Amino acid sequence: MSGKEDIALISHLMRRAGFGASRQELEERAAKGYEATVEELLHPEEQPAIDDDMLYRYLPGYEGALGPPINQAEWVYRMVNTQRPLEEKLALFWHQLFATGNSKVDNPPEITQQIAMFRRQALGSFRDLLVELAKNPAMIWWLDNNGNHNGAINENWGRELLELFSMGVGNYSEDDIKDASRAFTGWTIEPKIPRNPLGRFYWNFEYRPEDHDDGEKNFLGHSGRFNGEDIIDIVVKQPATAKFLARHLYNFFVADEPQVPSWNINPPNDPDAIDQLVAAYDESDGSLQAMMRLLFNSDFFKNARFARVKSPAELVVSTVRLAGSYQGPRPGFNMLAMECNWQGQELLNPPSVESWHTGGEWIDGGALVRRVNFAAGLLGDTSLPGVKTIIAKLRESGVSAPEEFVDACLDIVGPLEFSESTRSELLDQANEDGGLNWDSEENSEKSERNIGVMLALIAASRDFQFA
Amino acid sequence: MTATKKDPVVVILQLTGANDILNTIIPYTNGHYYDNRPKVVIPQDTVLPIDDTLAFNPQLAPLKNMYDDGNMAIIHGIGFENSPRSHFRAMDIWHTCEPEIVGTEGWVAKVVRDLDPQGENVVKCVNIGQGLPRALALRGVPITSVSNLETYGVMSSVPGISGEEERNRLLDRFARMYAPAIGTGATMDFLGQTGRDALKGADIIKSAPANYTSTIEYADNPIAKSLRDVARVHTANLGTQIFYTAHGPFDTHFNQPPMHTRLWGEVSGAITDFFDDLREHDASDNVVMMIFTEFGRRVRDNGTGTDHGAGGGAFIIGDMVKGGMYGTYPSLAPEDLNQGDLDPNYDFRGFYSSVVDQWLGLDPVPIVGGKFEQIQFV
Repeated sequence: MSGKEDIALISHLMRRAGFGASRQELEERAAKGYEATVEELLHPEEQPAIDDDMLYRYLPGYEGALGPPINQAEWVYRMVNTQRPLEEKLALFWHQLFATGNSKVDNPPEITQQIAMFRRQALGSFRDLLVELAKNPAMIWWLDNNGNHNGAINENWGRELLELFSMGVGNYSEDDIKDASRAFTGWTIEPKIPRNPLGRFYWNFEYRPEDHDDGEKNFLGHSGRFNGEDIIDIVVKQPATAKFLARHLYNFFVADEPQVPSWNINPPNDPDAIDQLVAAYDESDGSLQAMMRLLFNSDFFKNARFARVKSPAELVVSTVRLAGSYQGPRPGFNMLAMECNWQGQELLNPPSVESWHTGGEWIDGGALVRRVNFAAGLLGDTSLPGVKTIIAKLRESGVSAPEEFVDACLDIVGPLEFSESTRSELLDQANEDGGLNWDSEENSEKSERNIGVMLALIAASRDFQFA
Repeated sequence: MTATKKDPVVVILQLTGANDILNTIIPYTNGHYYDNRPKVVIPQDTVLPIDDTLAFNPQLAPLKNMYDDGNMAIIHGIGFENSPRSHFRAMDIWHTCEPEIVGTEGWVAKVVRDLDPQGENVVKCVNIGQGLPRALALRGVPITSVSNLETYGVMSSVPGISGEEERNRLLDRFARMYAPAIGTGATMDFLGQTGRDALKGADIIKSAPANYTSTIEYADNPIAKSLRDVARVHTANLGTQIFYTAHGPFDTHFNQPPMHTRLWGEVSGAITDFFDDLREHDASDNVVMMIFTEFGRRVRDNGTGTDHGAGGGAFIIGDMVKGGMYGTYPSLAPEDLNQGDLDPNYDFRGFYSSVVDQWLGLDPVPIVGGKFEQIQFV
C-alpha cells in the first residue's frame, strides 16, 4: 500500500504528463514507483496504440474526418482513451506551440495528419521534429511556404520558424529571416488535387530543386549555400533555442508563465529550472525525451502542484476520464469537442499562429460558466461509472463524519489540495447535509446524493480550475 | 443619432454557412441567372418583385412586407477584396475586421467596450447561442453568453438537483466559494471576480423570462427561440445594447432548394414575429437588426446545390431604418465574374461603420480599422 504522499505525487504526474488517472491506476503506478512510471511514460512505444481499425469500424467518420467537429472529436477520443498519455499530451503541447489552424488550411484531414506526426516525433530530437514540421503540408500551406520562390521569397515560414517555433524575438536579424527564407525556397507541396467532385485529397511534400535558391547565404554568423535542413541545424544549436523550448515546456508542464509575446521582456519565474532544462537539451543533443525525463524527476516539477490553469482540453478530457463515461467508441465525442470550443479552445483551429493565450487567460465569463457546469454536471452525476466507483470506495472506507467525508472526497478525486476558504465552504455544506451513513436503504440513497452534491461543488470550485 | 431617448440597441444575426444571395434577392429578369442556374433556381413566376430587375424569394414574403413598409434596407454586393472561399477564414475577417492578418479581437466586443468602458453592466452585450463567436472576444470585456434563457446560470446542470430551494442553496454556496479570499493569489482573485460577475449576469437575466408576456406565438425552431430570448431580455430593460445570435447552416452544397427554403422560412417568420413582439411592448423604435453572412455562393449551380462564392448581401431591419436598396447588385455577365463568383463592390466595414456611427453614435474608425464608405440608412 502506497503512502498518501506517493499517491499525491503520482496524481500530479499523471495530470501533467497525461489527462489524469483513476484512483486505481494511481495506486498501481505508485506501487511501481515514481521513477519507473516516468520511464514508462517516456516510452510510449511499449504501450498499445489506439486500435484504429476498431475505432473506424465503430466511428467510420473519424477516418480522414472531413471537418469540425468530427476531426476534433477524433482527437478528443484519443486523449480520453489513450494508453500512451505522455505521447498524447505532447501532441497537444506541439499543437499549441506550432499552432496550425483550419481557418486557413481548410483541409481538416491534413491537420489531423500533422497531429499524428507530432505523436511520432513527440519524444525524439527537436531537430528532427523541426525538419518534419518544415516538410509538413499543412504547415507549408498555413505559413505560405508554397509561395516562397527562388528570386521572390515569402518570409512567413522563415520568420515564424525563428520567432514562434525556435528562438523567440530579439535573437536574430531581419537579414537572418531573409536568408533563412531563401534556404527554404523549393520546399513546397505537390499540386493539390481539386476537391470537386471526389472530395478532399491529402497533400504531399515536394522539393523542387529548380525553384530552390542555391546561392550563398549568411545566417546567424554562418555562411554557405544553405538548404532548409542546414538552417535548422544551425537553429537547434543556438542557446536561445534551448532556452525558448525549455520555457515552453515549463509553461505547459510545470507552472504558468507570463504570456509568450512578453518573454523577451519578462524573465522566467524560475530561471534555475530553465537552466536545468537547457543543460539537459545541450547534453543530449536536443533530445526531447531527455528534457522530459529531467523535468518530471526534478524538484521544481514535483513542487509545482496546482500551479497551472487547466486548458479547456485538459479540463474536458480529465473530467470525462474521472467520470469514466467515455471509454471506448460511443456516440458523444462530438459534444466533447464542441465543449472544448465553447470553453475557448477550438482544437485544430487555434485563433492564430501565435496560438492560444494560456494560464489565467483561458478564463472569461462565458468560459467559466461552461467549465463549472460541464465539470459539476459530470462529477455530480451518480449514475456514471467513475462516480459510482468513487461512491463505492467512500462506502468501503467507512468514513461518516462530515469533515472526514469532505476530506475523503478531496482525496479520492485527486488528491486535491484546496484553499482553506473553499474547504470550509465544502465543510459547511457537509455539516448541513450530514455525513455518510449506509445502514439503511434510505440513508444510503441520501449518502449517495450527498456525495453527488459534494463532488459537484468540488468540480465547480475555483480550485478545480487548476492542474 | 437616434431620435429616441432610449439607448440604441443592435441585434446582430449571423447567417452561418454562406447564404446564396442569388436565390434570396433574385435577379429575376436576368438571362445570366437562368443560364447559370439550371437546377438550383427560384421559378420566375413565384418570385416577389421589388422592381424590374430584382425580386424577393417567396420565402421572404414576411420580410417583403417590412420592406414595403420602408423598414428594411438591402445592401448589395457586400464583401471584401480577395474574398477567401473558406468559411472559417471569411468568418474571421467579418468578426475581426482584419482581412490581411489573422486577427483575434472582435469588432463587436470593441463596440461594447466603447459603450461601457468600465464594464459596469455585465449584460451590456448578450450572446444567445453556444460559445462566444470571435466577434465578441476581447480581454476584459464581459459578455453574457446564454444558450438557454430558462436554465441559464451556474450549477444549472447538476443532476438530481430539483426545485428552486435546493438550487438556490447550491448557488449560495457557489457565491461563497467565489467570495474574495485573502492570500490566494492573482489568478484565484480573477477567477473569483469572473465567477461573481457570471452570477450577477445570471441573476439579472433571470428576471427577463419571469416578467415577459406576449401574444406573439413564435414558431418552434432555433432562430425563433433565439429571437424570442432577445425579445425577452430586451423588453426587461436590463441595459443590453448589443445582442448577437446566429442561424444556419446555409452551407448548401447539396440539395439546396428544400434546405434554403426551410431556413429562410424560419428566418423570415422569426424576424417578423420578433418585431411584432417588440411593437406590442412599445420597444421597437430603438432597435435595428443587422443580418450578414460570410460570403455568397457560386453563380453556376453544381446540379443540386451551390459551392462557395463571394459577394453576399446584407440587411438592416427596424422601424427607424430608411428602407430601400443600397449599392449596386453585382453583374452576372460572364466577363464581370471573378473566378465564377460575383465580384463584391462594397466593403463590409462600411456597413459596420454605418451602424456604429449613425446608430450607436460611436467613432467607427478604431473599431473597424479605418474609414469606409457608409450607407445613410437612418
